[in-house]
Amino acid sequence: MSQATAIGFQILQSVFVVLAAPLLVGWVNQCRAWLQNRSAPSILLPYWTLAKLFHKEAVVARGASSLFRATPYILFGCMWLAAGIVPVLATGLPFAPAADIIALVGVFALARVFSALAAMDIGTAFGGLGARREMMIGFLAEPAMLMTLFTAAFISGSTQLTTIVDTLAHREFALHPSLAFAGVAFLMVLLAENARIPIDNPATHLELTMIHEAMILEYSGRHLALVEWAVAIKLFAYMTIGIALFVPWGIAPAGNWGALPLALGALAAKLAVAGAGLALIEALLAKLRLLLAPEFLSTAFLLGVLGMLTHFFVRG
Amino acid sequence: MNPANVPLSPLVGALALAVCWLIIAAACLVPARNAAFARRFAFPLGALAGLILAAFGLEAVWLPVRTMTLPLGLPDLPFHLRVDPLAGFFLMLLGSVSAGISVYAAGYFRAEASGRLALIGCQYHVFLASMAFVLLADDAYLFMVAWETMALASYFLVITDHKQPAIRSAGFLYLLIAHLGAIAILLCFGVLHGGRGDYSFDALRAAQLQPAWATLAFLLAFFGFGAKAGMLPLHAWLPEAHPAAPSPVSALMSGVMIKTAIYGMVRVIFDLIGNVRWEWGLVVLVIGAGTTLFGVLYALMQHDLKRLLAYHSVENIGIILLGLGMAMVFIGFGHRVAGTLGLIAGLYHTLNHAVFKALLFLGAGSILHSTGLRNLNDMGGLIHRMPKTAFYFLIGALAISALPPLNGFVSEWLTFQTALQATILQNGIVRSLLPLFAATLALAGALTAMCFVKVFGIAFLGRAREPAHPSLPHAGDAGDMERYGMAWLAAGCFVLGLFPTSFLLILNRVGVSLGGQGLSEQALAGSGWLWLVPTAAEQASYSPLIFLVVIVAVTLLAFFLVRRFYHGRARLADPWDCGYPEQTSRMQDTADAFGQPIRHVFGPLYRMERRLPGPEDAAPTYVLKVEDRHWYWLYLPVARAAEFISSKIALLQQGRISIYLLYSFITLIALLVFVR
Repeated sequence: MSQATAIGFQILQSVFVVLAAPLLVGWVNQCRAWLQNRSAPSILLPYWTLAKLFHKEAVVARGASSLFRATPYILFGCMWLAAGIVPVLATGLPFAPAADIIALVGVFALARVFSALAAMDIGTAFGGLGARREMMIGFLAEPAMLMTLFTAAFISGSTQLTTIVDTLAHREFALHPSLAFAGVAFLMVLLAENARIPIDNPATHLELTMIHEAMILEYSGRHLALVEWAVAIKLFAYMTIGIALFVPWGIAPAGNWGALPLALGALAAKLAVAGAGLALIEALLAKLRLLLAPEFLSTAFLLGVLGMLTHFFVRG
Repeated sequence: MNPANVPLSPLVGALALAVCWLIIAAACLVPARNAAFARRFAFPLGALAGLILAAFGLEAVWLPVRTMTLPLGLPDLPFHLRVDPLAGFFLMLLGSVSAGISVYAAGYFRAEASGRLALIGCQYHVFLASMAFVLLADDAYLFMVAWETMALASYFLVITDHKQPAIRSAGFLYLLIAHLGAIAILLCFGVLHGGRGDYSFDALRAAQLQPAWATLAFLLAFFGFGAKAGMLPLHAWLPEAHPAAPSPVSALMSGVMIKTAIYGMVRVIFDLIGNVRWEWGLVVLVIGAGTTLFGVLYALMQHDLKRLLAYHSVENIGIILLGLGMAMVFIGFGHRVAGTLGLIAGLYHTLNHAVFKALLFLGAGSILHSTGLRNLNDMGGLIHRMPKTAFYFLIGALAISALPPLNGFVSEWLTFQTALQATILQNGIVRSLLPLFAATLALAGALTAMCFVKVFGIAFLGRAREPAHPSLPHAGDAGDMERYGMAWLAAGCFVLGLFPTSFLLILNRVGVSLGGQGLSEQALAGSGWLWLVPTAAEQASYSPLIFLVVIVAVTLLAFFLVRRFYHGRARLADPWDCGYPEQTSRMQDTADAFGQPIRHVFGPLYRMERRLPGPEDAAPTYVLKVEDRHWYWLYLPVARAAEFISSKIALLQQGRISIYLLYSFITLIALLVFVR
């Protein structure tokens, strides 16, 4: 495989993720509407929302510093990087070794810190409240996330997502009890990190319960569009990390154009199922009280630890 | 002439520069023109000496070990000097970090009264020189002399504002714990020495100890140096003494001095005692994990900026100990390559912490200089008044929060990678413990990020809290020299973060010199200027440069695309904030409010006193006091016991000469009975 092909694959995948991310959000919203017996909005609605927001004038609060204006772009940059690293369509991409799973968690942490700082920039009560809650979810979720990833890393002997996927995708089908624990833990972390029910509600604007929405209250116009887009890419990236760790079959090796349609089809099918599952979770569960979030996430952490211990003792 | 002693070897150079610092210190005290000298030249010259020292240190890492015997000291007990890669690395740390701090100090102390300035200049440079001698010492005697000089010089710097009783008592506490540590170190050298009369490190290294004696020596060294490093439970002096000192001194103490304790720990445990046992590693890991969590959790409760930073020093010492502890576990089990990786992770974090913590203390100093404030709750919106300080502080904050692509992340990443080597261990329990220590590190990293969102968000962002503190509207940005100092350290955060492989190779050499074995061939072959590969390329790699380039490129691309295809219009308006019109800036989060989720989750770890206002209070007040539990279970009982014992001993002191003569007589009789 020549270097040019590999870089072509890399750019293709990044652009694909960035463009396809709103579609996943649209699909989740559509499924949720069906489950709630509502008539569903178009699956393309997130694109129209983005287009609308880009056309609107941005309203910036007086007293905002340059950090506030720069943050949406930084968030977008972080998420784009994540989209380039996760093996979504192909493994062995040239940028993939630039960050392993630990560094990937670092990218998300970087984005979180910037969005929390931007929330505190205007100096309103809700901004600080959202930032504080978001950072709390962050410190609870990060150890749980790492434990999950460590389990996968111990199984494959590597923290490179590419190697993990290669190991897991090309082995014989075997049930790893450790991966089952890790999978549940990962799902819980995914829900918390992406501000979904039961930790946060992406559809709420009820002030006292919101976390993520409280942080981005002051954004509008193109800034809000970039933030929303980054959020969509983050959800997409998390889902594809989950797919890479737990159901990696069908992914194409980099440079193999022939395997690409199959990889694309497999990915679409898996994401459709995952998105529908997410909508189902959101339709079935109620939002937890904020102060119960520590219990939810420490459960995830314990499951992650159990997964790791299972791997050590059962070798499975 | 022995080629190892050619002139201007790094050892001679380092010695000359340490002497140079002593000369500057003395020159500050020369009565005539001392004020002008101290003001204009002392600190810049000290910074220059620091830079050259860093270069010599770097050179020493790559050259063979040099030794030298000075015709000084007591008869038959000359001073031995030696520089090896480990000492070279720490000399580099001392020189490069102190250079930034000295430049900053040149600006910071400018307005100081001449008499005080001369004194500060003298003590400051003696402090620097003593740290250099600690690193150069090759016998227990010189080491202890330099160590105590360092403690005393820093003690006098801490009590610069000795007219305030709180600062005097902070200084006393510091001196007390420093000496407890020094006694332990002295005893450790005694154990190692085993009564042979030769205190040079070579002799100590050659000593063959029984396992029990070696363990005793380890414990003495660990707690002795740990007292200086701010390790749990001997940390109590750190959050008192560091804020009490003038800011450049706080930066020097937190950035460099507590690292000499890490140096001592590595030197004694890995080099002098040798034969590291894995059980020792577990002790270090448990204490390190406790220190890490405790430090960050208490940091989150602080609203005094410098106290908060001091608690973070405690936390970071814990992180360094996690790296060193893992190294000891691996070496104890015979896995020297993984052990070297742990050592590299710990030492890399030592350097990183020195750079970013010095930067943060200097930033706090600039705020203090400009506004006179240390309480976060009085600040707000400083980014508009001090944009440059805010920028440097933000870099430090991101670095300490272990966010890629800055330097804090690299060392924590290496620590994680070390933990992931656990599969090679034979002992199943230890194998599953190591990842849990890594999880502690992850938790601490995320909590640190929360803490620095709090600091930066409350001090620099938002609006000034009403009623605005009278000094806030007049606050100006840091002066030129202060800014150069901070810029140097901020650049250090980037260099250490973006080019980790060069430092990995330096530290690998340190590891080889201590443990005899470096990183694997694969790691060294895979690592280039772009890639950091600690074990093998397919196992783990990280490229901070690609990281940064992609984020910056996409950020700029997004910016220009938005500009190009849409409009760039923005309208200024009042904050929306869910449409509540009656908002005042008092409704912003305070530092204490920001810590509320932590108090909720980790409540039992704190000693909290909270008074809520009743519904009928005419003047409702809310009082919250969070205290360090260690005071109550450790320090106060020990203090009470010491007081009780000394009051009993005081009964011997009757103040009458006949009683003392009686004592002498009884002693004499007793001796005659025994010696007969």
